[in-house]
Amino acid sequence: MLTGNLLWVLMGTMLLGIAAGITGTFSFLQKQSLVGDAAAHAALPGIALAFLLTGQKDLPILMLGAGITSALSVYCIQWIVSFSKMKADAAIGLVLTVFFGVGVVFLTVVNHSPLGNQSGLNNFIFGKAATMTKADLTWLFLSATIIIIVSLLFYKEWKLLIFDPMYAKGIGLPIEALKATLTVLIVMTIVTGIQSVGVILMSALLIIPAVSAKLWTRKLSSMLVVSAVIGGVSGIVGTFISSTRTGLSTGPLIVLVAAAIFFLSYLFSPAGQMYKYFRKKQFRKQGEVG
Amino acid sequence: MIELWVIITGLLVGITCGMAGVFLILRKMSMIADAISHTVLFGIVMAFIITQTLNGFWMLLGAAVAGILTAYLVQLLHSSGIQQDAAIGVVFTTLFAAGVLLITLFASHVHLDVEHILMGEIAFVPWDKWTFFAITMPKAVWILLLVLLINIGFLLLFFKEMKLATFDSLYAASIGVPILFLHYGFMTSISFTTVAAFDSVGAILVVAMLIGPAATANLISKSIKQMFLFSMLYGGAAAIIGYYLAKFWDTSIAGMMATAVGLLFIMTLCAQKFMDYKRKALVSKLEGV
Repeated sequence: MLTGNLLWVLMGTMLLGIAAGITGTFSFLQKQSLVGDAAAHAALPGIALAFLLTGQKDLPILMLGAGITSALSVYCIQWIVSFSKMKADAAIGLVLTVFFGVGVVFLTVVNHSPLGNQSGLNNFIFGKAATMTKADLTWLFLSATIIIIVSLLFYKEWKLLIFDPMYAKGIGLPIEALKATLTVLIVMTIVTGIQSVGVILMSALLIIPAVSAKLWTRKLSSMLVVSAVIGGVSGIVGTFISSTRTGLSTGPLIVLVAAAIFFLSYLFSPAGQMYKYFRKKQFRKQGEVG
Repeated sequence: MIELWVIITGLLVGITCGMAGVFLILRKMSMIADAISHTVLFGIVMAFIITQTLNGFWMLLGAAVAGILTAYLVQLLHSSGIQQDAAIGVVFTTLFAAGVLLITLFASHVHLDVEHILMGEIAFVPWDKWTFFAITMPKAVWILLLVLLINIGFLLLFFKEMKLATFDSLYAASIGVPILFLHYGFMTSISFTTVAAFDSVGAILVVAMLIGPAATANLISKSIKQMFLFSMLYGGAAAIIGYYLAKFWDTSIAGMMATAVGLLFIMTLCAQKFMDYKRKALVSKLEGV
């Protein structure tokens, strides 16, 4: 069952899950979960454009293109919110759909062009972890490791930035630079993940582990650990299930495993529904006695 | 004639979505529309698995149910203390993933193409025709007209109540306006709009048309009636511009219409900033005098 390549792919999606769990927690706490969704969709025009300009399917080039348009979309959202009376949710929705629309336009151009044998660019929409090559996996390992290490390095600064930005500014931390670093890291996570889970479902990996972790703990350090574990477990289990049958896409399965973990957390965690229900019952009983 | 039907379909999508989008923007629920457009897939697949047919009626019903389910689940998670944006993110990605998985498991042999649902193929619209009352029009045009009528009806009936519930929900609740009923009624009309439009133009363009024109109109409108007018105009204009750009470059029509929505927004924002700048310059000049 566990052939050599599958083992590497499992390791890759686990690392990806951990990286997404960590950066996702930071973006969730900044109330920017859906910005990640927009940035993930915005990777599509970058991939298609990079292919159109260079005519090559080398992963680093496509990733670079994806990273540039993703970052551009995040910048656009911030710019629109600060320079017009548009609300954040409308800005996110607008940027997301327009970037994705542009992506579809470029993708169609690629499909029609003589280079047309793009076989594979369409895979970026839903992801195909099973077909990743050794070279692709090397990139995945490298960037996931960088993301995890950098997040741990900036842990203290980001904690302050999220919970008390005024104080952080007061003691002289470069707020804007820190925010930008966080954005870059989130974009990097997305770009790393789109090959295995696809642009549409990448945001799930950023959001679901973080939301589930929030139900278990109220401390940032433990939340990061729980979120990373949930992300990692989803990556491994999802990839493993998808490898048992041909034709099962990896992305949806990873997301569904994460969603199952969220559902269990929603019911059984300390902040979950079961606990609340019993607390309420207990209160009522006490009331009757009194 | 074929070209004309494609343009008419695009125009109808632009106008219907532009109309439905106004309250969506004002009630700060744009991302719920995005979520519904993704979960529609889940409803369609479920309808196919239950009925084992590709009958349009059951598909529409399944999609509409999925849309309402999405709105309900988001509300449920939100009311139990999860941030709204995170609740939306969890619900739609999960249902979308379930939809994609169900297609690969149960429906891989039938024509249920995920990419088709996402991006649509408006160019094929003119070939699928229905005849009612001795009038033969493409199916998509019939459905869009029906949904446009439903939307107009909803607005005629509840315009005053929606306005109040949107701008001052506490006051509306205190004088007995059924806020919750309006919320779910509005969500139902949004899912009908999404469902009707995505069949011909794809889920992505639906969201672009729901959010973009209304958000652009919001920049320049001074009253809600003006906003409705501008929003429908922007929606229609984006459809026409998008169609001709796509024809010019021989590329995806739906994608180009979404791009046109973005172009119109940027142009409007720049024009508005320029006017502001001129006005300010004029004021300071007058003050100097």
